Amino acid sequence: MAALLAVCAAGYMLWSAKAPWSFLLPYRATKLAALLLVGVALSVATVLFQTVTANRILTPSLMGFDALYVFVLTLLVHMLGATGYAAIPPGLLFAANLGAMAGLGLLLFAGLMRLAGGDMIRLVLSGIVLGLLIRSMTEFLQRLIDPSEFQTVQSMSFARFTQIDPLLLALSATAILAALAAAWSLRTRLDVLSLGDTAATGLGEPPARLRRQALVVICILVAAATALVGPLSSGGFGPSSFFGLIVTAFAHIVTPTHRHAVLIPSAALVGGLVLVGGQFIMERLFALATPLTVVIELIGGAVFLVLLLKRRAA
Amino acid sequence: MIRITDLHHRLGGAPVLNDIDLTIPHGGLTALIGPNGAGKSTLLSLIARLRPIQRGRISVGPHEIGKVADRDLARVLAVMPQSTEVSARLRLAELVGFGRYPWHRGRPGAEDRAQVDRALERFSLTDLRDRFLDEVSGGQKQRAFAAMAYAQDTDYLLLDEPLNNLDIAAARDLMRLMRGLADEDGKTVVVVLHDINYATAFADRLVVMKEGRIAAQGAPSEVVTDTLLAEVFGTTARVAEVEGRPLVIV
Repeated sequence: MAALLAVCAAGYMLWSAKAPWSFLLPYRATKLAALLLVGVALSVATVLFQTVTANRILTPSLMGFDALYVFVLTLLVHMLGATGYAAIPPGLLFAANLGAMAGLGLLLFAGLMRLAGGDMIRLVLSGIVLGLLIRSMTEFLQRLIDPSEFQTVQSMSFARFTQIDPLLLALSATAILAALAAAWSLRTRLDVLSLGDTAATGLGEPPARLRRQALVVICILVAAATALVGPLSSGGFGPSSFFGLIVTAFAHIVTPTHRHAVLIPSAALVGGLVLVGGQFIMERLFALATPLTVVIELIGGAVFLVLLLKRRAA
Repeated sequence: MIRITDLHHRLGGAPVLNDIDLTIPHGGLTALIGPNGAGKSTLLSLIARLRPIQRGRISVGPHEIGKVADRDLARVLAVMPQSTEVSARLRLAELVGFGRYPWHRGRPGAEDRAQVDRALERFSLTDLRDRFLDEVSGGQKQRAFAAMAYAQDTDYLLLDEPLNNLDIAAARDLMRLMRGLADEDGKTVVVVLHDINYATAFADRLVVMKEGRIAAQGAPSEVVTDTLLAEVFGTTARVAEVEGRPLVIV
């Protein structure tokens, strides 16, 4: 699988060079790095989230990260206008987004964990409701703003891999790599958690503390990835981003194991492969300008249905 | 031994356990029995630190629950969960292997593998070791969880209604294995049971609970009488003596 990813990456870098290499290589390398980072971050976050919630059809985007990104975007455009928005230094915007998302995530988890007494179902449901609330506020704001400015919002609400600022890339890479290292260090403890709460406690691994740690890692991964490229679900209004779902479903097929020492790298590879390979095909072979996310939503919807139906049958 | 002093517990405002003082001696098999809602499972889950203690103290051997580190306690006390539903798809040998986790913390060595093999052998699961959990019968699954607790190699073993949904052959097998752990390995086994006849057949000691209090305790032949059934369980079943031990005629 790593070889396949390498082929895709190389193909992406070298296929049909129409510009001088000196321009093309750095340009494509930035994009490739962004694709890989986002793919890996969201995949690993989804694996952790599914273990923590003991549910294979949930993804962290359910908790309203994407919605919050679009909300911050809309709010800024509303207050400053499209030109004012464009004038904000990207570093500042990135920091604001990252802070807002990670902050909301942690607040939500910390507060709700206490209220729900560690009840994950309640936590997830509250996350969905909060996401809905943010979405409605966004829609309300979007009705208030100028139609031409609305265009700006809309075009920014899809994940973009075209204009990546190298500084932002470095910033989010640092955050994501640190979070990945943390995820890796949790791997055997997560294995124990997948046995269920009672068994995990009996084996000396109290689930509440481990869940908190895993949720912090998930928050950082998702927030950094979304702040870098924007929401990966359709315009931030989709029920959930199907990307993580596709990736973990494939990872479970390719490496059918419960062990996170295998699952985490396997999902990371699949995630990188889906984004890089998908972008390569969309851009180079079909020469289409369609955002990759649209295709991912389409395939993801199908995967989601299959997972649901298989579960019903089992 | 397990020493419980001045233990109170409330769930959702309602008192579940009231002023429990109980000492479970080292070694042997102790059964907790009582009518539904008497607080047996709550008491067991407090000993197993599955819930935080609200008032009172519990100590297992020299370790006081709530003060000792979780990983240290996991080497002294094993719990067999009541529900054997696992979201991960596991082979039996992998499940039993988790019993070694408190000792190796994720890096199993040769000694751990040998220990797992012994556990599988003892619970007659060696032939099934590569089967997935959802491919074996309820009795075999229950045995696998018991084998996991055994592989944990602790002095104390707690089981919460392990005989739920088991047929008579599987239930007797499991209880005989638990008896063996107490007799041959010198473990202290504490088990919550519903069926009084299983308790009298296999336990050395019974602790009878009613409405969050200890109603009676002692050897089965002293405890299980017509009066106890009437007062604690509120039923008029007769107790006969068969082969030297009490048997409730249902």
